[in-house]
Amino acid sequence: MSTDAVVIQGGGVAGGAMALVGGHAHAAALTEEAAHGPSKRIVVGYGFWIFLISDIILFAALFATYAVLTDATAGGPSGRDLFELETVAVETGCLLLSTVFCGFAGIGAQARKSALYYGSMAATFVLGATFVAIELHEFAGMINAGAGPSRSAFLSGFFALIGCHGLHVSAGLLWLLTMMAQVYAKGYRADIMRRLLCFALFWHTLDIIWVALFSLVYLVGVAR
Amino acid sequence: MWGKLTWEAIPLHEPIVMVTSAVVALAITGTLVWVYLKGHFPYIWKEWLSSVDHKRIGVMYIVLALVMLLRGFADAIMMRAQQSVALHSAGFLPPEHYNQIFSAHGTIMIFFVAMPFVIGLMNFAVPLQLGARDVAFPVLNSVSFWLTATGALLVNISLFIGEFARTGWLPYPPLSELAYSPGVGVDYYLWALQISGVGTLLTGVNFVTTVLKVRAPGMNYLRMPIFCWTTLASNLLIVAAFPILTATLAMLLLDRYLGFHFFTNEAGGNPMMFMNLIWAWGHPEVYILMLPAFGIFSEVFATFSGKPLFGYRSMVAATMAICILSFMVWLHHFFTMGAGANVNAIFGIATMIIAVPTGVKIYNWLFTMYSGRVVFEPPMLWALGFVVTFVIGGMTGVLLAVPPADFVLHNSLFLVAHFHNVIIGGVVFGLFAGYEYWFPKAFGFRLHEGLGKAAFWFWIVGFYVAFMPLYALGLMGMTRRMQHYDIDAWQPWLLVAAGGAVLIGVGVALQVVQLVWSIRHREQLRDVTGDPWNGRTLEWMTASPPPMFNYAVLPDVEGEEAYWMRKQSAIERQALRPEPEYVDIHMPRNSAAGFICAFFSTIMGFALIWHIWWLVIAGFVGAWAVVVVAAWRDEPEAVIPAATLAEVDRANRAARAAALPTLKPAL
Repeated sequence: MSTDAVVIQGGGVAGGAMALVGGHAHAAALTEEAAHGPSKRIVVGYGFWIFLISDIILFAALFATYAVLTDATAGGPSGRDLFELETVAVETGCLLLSTVFCGFAGIGAQARKSALYYGSMAATFVLGATFVAIELHEFAGMINAGAGPSRSAFLSGFFALIGCHGLHVSAGLLWLLTMMAQVYAKGYRADIMRRLLCFALFWHTLDIIWVALFSLVYLVGVAR
Repeated sequence: MWGKLTWEAIPLHEPIVMVTSAVVALAITGTLVWVYLKGHFPYIWKEWLSSVDHKRIGVMYIVLALVMLLRGFADAIMMRAQQSVALHSAGFLPPEHYNQIFSAHGTIMIFFVAMPFVIGLMNFAVPLQLGARDVAFPVLNSVSFWLTATGALLVNISLFIGEFARTGWLPYPPLSELAYSPGVGVDYYLWALQISGVGTLLTGVNFVTTVLKVRAPGMNYLRMPIFCWTTLASNLLIVAAFPILTATLAMLLLDRYLGFHFFTNEAGGNPMMFMNLIWAWGHPEVYILMLPAFGIFSEVFATFSGKPLFGYRSMVAATMAICILSFMVWLHHFFTMGAGANVNAIFGIATMIIAVPTGVKIYNWLFTMYSGRVVFEPPMLWALGFVVTFVIGGMTGVLLAVPPADFVLHNSLFLVAHFHNVIIGGVVFGLFAGYEYWFPKAFGFRLHEGLGKAAFWFWIVGFYVAFMPLYALGLMGMTRRMQHYDIDAWQPWLLVAAGGAVLIGVGVALQVVQLVWSIRHREQLRDVTGDPWNGRTLEWMTASPPPMFNYAVLPDVEGEEAYWMRKQSAIERQALRPEPEYVDIHMPRNSAAGFICAFFSTIMGFALIWHIWWLVIAGFVGAWAVVVVAAWRDEPEAVIPAATLAEVDRANRAARAAALPTLKPAL
């Protein structure tokens, strides 16, 4: 436990999850390793990366399905008829900005600067929630216009793919609140720092997936 | 208030179901009452249900698998009996019931027998073999197990409340769509598998991390026992394949619950996409089961031949080659889809290529025995039976990989015979070999040898009598899943097959007797030293049963077959290594999170199946609350003082020192 704290403080100030992942652990960890096995921070981070890979494969299956069904509009509207790039641009802005604040939160936690930590987490939450709200608004508009998921296989694929991402962001928001409460209740304990690391990885991954969604679903959809 | 759930859901008009339910209910109540009266509840709760010890979790997985094996086997007997009598008649099972039985049989045998058995053995053996004290994420491990148990429970609830799917073990649309399966059967299937699938995925994450990151000092990749390698390959496949299953079943759920059109015949839906997606998971799944069995056989052949495994590195290479190739052959499950000759040819050839690394493995096992001192203990019998049986199954598989032949044999009993040939002859034999092999390690006493051998012979003879006729029937044109038929020439073969099922039944009964007899006479069968088979890998270095921390001091690994090397040098010097220095260690405390989380998941799954939305929300909130409460713990670990470690370790060292003069040096 005690080594963990040392390791995380030694993680540098480059900011965000990447600094938390970075490997400064070795000197302290090597002797530790002989007696108790590898450091928890490395094992936890590694395991969470493996989980994220599986999550990306989940999205890959949905992407593939969407690609197969993209022309199966059954006489209904296509992406060109439905997608409004302005709205999607705002959504993208919210999510990308939230990632920046998520990075600041990581720095705040490492430096034990609570104002920076809570402020950045709150900003991340607001931006994430705005993203979800805009997405729900977009969905509601489409459903009211008769372009809901039951209209065609194309729209089924669209709603499932985008909806799955939105569900991930929503779960992330729930996790974010839980992490704020945890730091408030328990402080910057080693195990909580590890969870923060995982949360940051999760949030950034959702961002990467969104970039793919934005490009392949919306941009390509409008161009077709 | 209660969604689709009404009193009609209980099938009072079906005597077979009601009698079974009554017997099961009686057995469960009886067990609970007995446990309560004997005062075992605190022990079971503290030592088992809330345990995060990988060995305990492994044993619970295997208990789940064995109980489910009895259920799945009962389904098999009913199917064989039905087909024995259903010539020109309806038999004794009505079609809708028969369809549920073959669907439940396949679902249970793959997801709730083979999977938990494989994962159970990995749980038990892999951390020990790696020289570790536990898996990477012990509490997550407990969550995984209990979510698997939730899935099994939901499938079995369907017997009594409502119905099970009638669509086969993979719910092919459009039959599985709401239009053609309006009942709750498919929903039971889907939610049971979604929930247990989360458990399996978490297991995959856990074991990939464990094998790659949690090993004893000096345990390089190329010093790991083969079972660890096959575990790694199998869990990489879980991580890569199970998300596809989750996505596919989620799409079918969206079709059924929210009117989406992924796999429907209307509005542009594409049923064939389901086949592609489900087999992109389904073929790797075959190897998720098979590879760990290959690992078990590798351990067994080396141990019972008294020789190191022949061609260790080629075995590793073959394992990883199969791991990758298994993702490139899924289309051979539906050559008849009409993808065209070229596509079929590519997938046919890719399928045949898998026979190459598999052949490498077979020869490695044969050469391991060559000029060894082969000991015919029960694990070795299962291994030998496997080699012969699996080669036959493999060859019929290569036959099916030829697209023109597949057009003739597709969905016939030839196919059914083939996959039972490889799954029973490969996976199940491997699991039984592992069960016999590691039982003394887990409980500190062996299983009765004679009964084990008798069970093996009934199983293997029963297997051939039950499944060889199905090859013939397939070539005669009999398709799978027939509730009745009108061709007289088929019946004699089906009667023989039913006889084979009875022989297997005797084998199963003998295994039950073996277990009960061995428990009652455990003092006679005691394993004092912790190394009953003259083993080669690290797990035989610690006591039987191992202490909860596995190793008082993490072993230093200096080469392949770490324990064997130590043992040889000890025999040579007629002395153990000097006593190590003991230091305090941390071990994870027990956690009820897995059990309670699964409790809420069960409620949520049941509510989703029956459209009881308020209960869904309650179940979800409950499960989330458990996660949060678990995350709030202040001391997830407890210290085990050096004195305790020393006491446990000295006892084992004394037993081994006493046995040392009786050990013979290697060949």
